[in-house]
Amino acid sequence: MNQKQKNVFYRIILSVVLLVAVSVLDHVVGLPALLGLLLYLIPYGVIGYDILRKAWKGILKRQVFDENFLMAVATVGAICLGDYREGVAVMLFYQIGELFQSIAVGKSRKNIAALMDIRPDYANIMVDGKIEKVDPDDVEIGTEIIINPGEKVPIDGVIAEGNTTLDTSALTGESVPREAVCGTEVISGCINLTGAIKVRTTKEFGDSTVSKILDLVENSAMKKSRSENFITRFARYYTPAVCYSALALAVVPPLVRLLLGMPPLWGEWVIRALTFLVISCPCALVISIPLSFFGGIGCASTHGILVKGSNYLEALSNTKYLVFDKTGTLTKGVFEVTHLYPEDGVTEEKLLYYAAAAEHASSHPISLSLKKACKDPIDGTAIRDIEEIAGHGVRATVDGHQVYVGNQRLMERQQITISQEHTEGTVCYVAVDGAYTGCIVISDVIKPTAQKAIADLKNHGIKKTIMLTGDAKQTADTVASQIGMDEVYSELLPADKVQQVERILDAKGEKENLAFVGDGINDAPVLSRADIGIAMGGMGSDAAIEAADIVLMDDDPAKIALAMKISVRTLRIVRQNIVFALAVKAICLVLGALGIANMWLAIFADVGVMVLAVLNATRALRIR
Amino acid sequence: MKKTYDIEVDCANCAAKMEEAVKNTQGVKDATLSFMTLKLKVEFEEGVDVDAVMQQAYKNCKTVEDDCTIYL
Repeated sequence: MNQKQKNVFYRIILSVVLLVAVSVLDHVVGLPALLGLLLYLIPYGVIGYDILRKAWKGILKRQVFDENFLMAVATVGAICLGDYREGVAVMLFYQIGELFQSIAVGKSRKNIAALMDIRPDYANIMVDGKIEKVDPDDVEIGTEIIINPGEKVPIDGVIAEGNTTLDTSALTGESVPREAVCGTEVISGCINLTGAIKVRTTKEFGDSTVSKILDLVENSAMKKSRSENFITRFARYYTPAVCYSALALAVVPPLVRLLLGMPPLWGEWVIRALTFLVISCPCALVISIPLSFFGGIGCASTHGILVKGSNYLEALSNTKYLVFDKTGTLTKGVFEVTHLYPEDGVTEEKLLYYAAAAEHASSHPISLSLKKACKDPIDGTAIRDIEEIAGHGVRATVDGHQVYVGNQRLMERQQITISQEHTEGTVCYVAVDGAYTGCIVISDVIKPTAQKAIADLKNHGIKKTIMLTGDAKQTADTVASQIGMDEVYSELLPADKVQQVERILDAKGEKENLAFVGDGINDAPVLSRADIGIAMGGMGSDAAIEAADIVLMDDDPAKIALAMKISVRTLRIVRQNIVFALAVKAICLVLGALGIANMWLAIFADVGVMVLAVLNATRALRIR
Repeated sequence: MKKTYDIEVDCANCAAKMEEAVKNTQGVKDATLSFMTLKLKVEFEEGVDVDAVMQQAYKNCKTVEDDCTIYL
């Protein structure tokens, strides 16, 4: 409890004690009317003075019909009618409800804040041989900072000294720690687990990953969903409607009774009207919906899914079409040696060795993947006469042997017969001393979770999964059939991707959304064109964070299904709250008008419903 | 130009009223208030005196809901 809440709490206790004392006294002795009124006014003043003051201020500013005004009129009305005890008790109960609600909201606010507590408080820097703690904001680019085990990485940078493992779970939701050695880039928000490291910062704190994420999540509450806007619009009509109904309730029935020659019972109908007004407060709706969304966004961010606004979380639940980019999204975007086809009498190792040695001096991605795959040590001095043959491949003398590595054209040029042609991926043929030795297939590797991700999405009601890629048809078709995509469009330029997405956008139904998933660098136009853009954030690639509506921090396509699950669940909680709050209010309003509901029930309908709705909303924070 | 302010307010409906009041202040192009984060984001029209506009906006908020604070 904060100070404000504590004050109210003490006032409640004091007022309860006083009320009980006066009641007992009244019961035992039987107080005369005037003295009784004065005594009951003491607990009433203790518990209600601020409400009365606010109500008075509201009247002066012509802002009647707020809660304070209603409570003031209702309780003063009860006291005027001689129901002293009821008047005090209603005010007391109202304050207890308000306090409880304030605590519940504060608590869920704190829960969500704790989930996102990745803000580092300090950075250690070396000043005159001593370690000093400074504000991360004051650290300049290129400063060496020291991060001890157990501390958060405060600023993005590169490890200059030391080895360690990093816990990236706050950023990516991935629980397996990552190895980091000298020269590894580290991202702020990770927790250093095992060893002390020195990091040379490459960004200012304000531009570091952790600041960007915090900024993004805090701002996400500003982008309001359709449900939230609906409630705001609803409240605009609802409030005047109930006010006029209450006025009618207070005036019309007594007048009718007068006309019919019956006693008008003004007091009774005025009380009914006041009860009606207390029930009507729309707070439960107004608070529980943004709270549910905020909880949903908080829950997603703990799993490494950054959602930029409630509106996107809402839209995601209606997504029926998912369009994927291939490279970097479904595949790792890194080339690896995937198949070796040596000729008879040649070992796989030998084949790889010749190819890697001949490509030894090149930094082409294909050469790099060959060198990475080759386990045998390559002695640079044993390789001579390296010659690049543009558009064909490479020629070199390795350990005295004449080696050619390249495409089919190179083999044809050298009049070497290929015993077996291959078409998948990128193919390197190798010939040693004029004889065909074998071929090596290098291709992009499908992410291990891709296939399961697509299957999961189907279970979440996705109608169609579509892959768009700039790659050759053959490669694209192979990948698509392995993962289980419904449609593939290959050999597309970036502009063609936009066209394809627009075509699907035109064909789909009004309420069905299309999400595009890409790696964000060259997909920016498509990401913004789709109903929802989902980017592979690649541990904080700026282009991705800018362009997309949802960012997957660990580039794992399986997170899309999880995001949808969170979205559907959040929306379900929102709907439960809307229906529950409206239904209880409607029933209580009718009961109030009929005179069956008293002020106690009215306060439950106001504060009780709100507390229940808030508690329900906090469920959005967690997902199994 | 956009600026973000911290605010203090107790109930959600009051927050909605404050948002409306800030939106209707002269010189304010748009405003969004998040009750969850207790932050108010204001987009100002071109070339207005931000401080003066915010003073007025604060006053307007006080009119609709006395129990609120904007940390200017």
